[in-house]
Amino acid sequence: MMEVKRTIKYDADRVKGFGREIMSVPGCEQLQSCIQCGTCSGVCPLSIYMDYTPRQVMALARGDFKHEVLKSLTLWLCASCYACTVECPRGIRITDIMYELKQRAIVEGIYPRRFPIPVLAREFNAMVKRYGRITEMLLVMKLFLKTNPFAAMGNWRMGIDLMRTGRFSLKTEQIGSRRDLARMLDAVDAEKGHRV
Amino acid sequence: MKFSYFPGCSLKGLGRAYEESLLPVLRHLGVELEELPDWNCCGATAYMAEDEVKACVLAARNLALCESSGNQQLMAPCAACYLVLNKTKHYFHEYPAMRKTIQHALGAVGLNYGGDTPVRHPLDVLVNDVGLEAIKQKVRYPLKGLKIAPYYGCQLVRPYSTFDDQYNPTTMDRLLEALGANVVRYPLKTKCCGGSLTGTVPKAGMRLVYILLNEARKRGADCLATVCPLCQFNLDAYHAQMSARYGPVPIPTVYFSQLMGLAFGLSEPELGLRRSAVAFNWRPAEVAA
Repeated sequence: MMEVKRTIKYDADRVKGFGREIMSVPGCEQLQSCIQCGTCSGVCPLSIYMDYTPRQVMALARGDFKHEVLKSLTLWLCASCYACTVECPRGIRITDIMYELKQRAIVEGIYPRRFPIPVLAREFNAMVKRYGRITEMLLVMKLFLKTNPFAAMGNWRMGIDLMRTGRFSLKTEQIGSRRDLARMLDAVDAEKGHRV
Repeated sequence: MKFSYFPGCSLKGLGRAYEESLLPVLRHLGVELEELPDWNCCGATAYMAEDEVKACVLAARNLALCESSGNQQLMAPCAACYLVLNKTKHYFHEYPAMRKTIQHALGAVGLNYGGDTPVRHPLDVLVNDVGLEAIKQKVRYPLKGLKIAPYYGCQLVRPYSTFDDQYNPTTMDRLLEALGANVVRYPLKTKCCGGSLTGTVPKAGMRLVYILLNEARKRGADCLATVCPLCQFNLDAYHAQMSARYGPVPIPTVYFSQLMGLAFGLSEPELGLRRSAVAFNWRPAEVAA
């Protein structure tokens, strides 16, 4: 049976102050001057897959519709190509706003559980914090195992191609000053008042 | 001409053909590189998605290391590293709070970043410092008859590029013409390759890969030339997976530096030409003979 859903947002759905909070983040100030022209959605190579287009996300974020925005697939489909940022006639750094929204969605734990993109971000960052560098092949394998092992098996052709061309390497890349790096990242947390 | 060299993780990993070809080509032109000692991950797109401030701190460590190395400029061949390093520099100057956090974090390990180090891409250095005339003089085997689609990808020129146009970059076009190649019109030159979506949301990623390869085919290109390890990986290593959905478009994607090496007559094993999954078999006539 078709599900009947309310498609109009009510004032009660808003989380007052959310828009202003976003606009206070470095790079996100210009959101207030969005004229809803839709240039961002038009140039976005991924908008055809999005639940809310970038233009809609801008309107929702500015209008305090926190839950709708943070639950949106759009955040995770943004590939950070900066086409919208360059084209925006109001100088809004849309890509940076998307980054800010992704971060908030991760902090609040609002994203599809096994959806691979936040998993990739987490695995990537854990690897950087531990080793200082990314071993790409290891990251790719971890990502597949943690999200969809069957897809990994479907990619066997790529594995063979990478071995054949000498690009398949699981040797861990790392830096010497791993302790320094961790100290730096901890210093950021301490400054922000986070738990170290 | 001497630079600190920031390879980034890809040039030591899946994009090693880029480093393999770039180093001998620059050496051949008298550009001296010194690998930044103990460099770390630039911060890249995935880190930005979780913590933009920390991504900038990671980038800033590399910038600080460059300043203390005594070299005046940093060279970053990977488009993503180039973007993040430049973005950090912008934020450092634009936002006092960001500058304070960066300095505080660097200070915790006795480092300091002044904010001046220019971050340069090899294309910029080749065309604007070395010069196309000097490059032409080194061409032994012109790439005559090779039709190339110049593919810049997104993050090299957007949004912080200092040396080329954001809408219609031409640096690589001119470089490839100087090598004697036939550069075809390729309006998708800055369209996104899908980044990590090829792995995370294949449905969307494969479509972008297909669009780029198919446009190159329609324009009659023999290959695509790229400046970014992720673009190369997506257009090359995902070709098999893309083919399963859209049919094969077997046009190889190679680094501009590999094409330079071929034109200069550098020895092939040096250029990583066998590292493409979609084989690149074209050779200049004089070499083939």
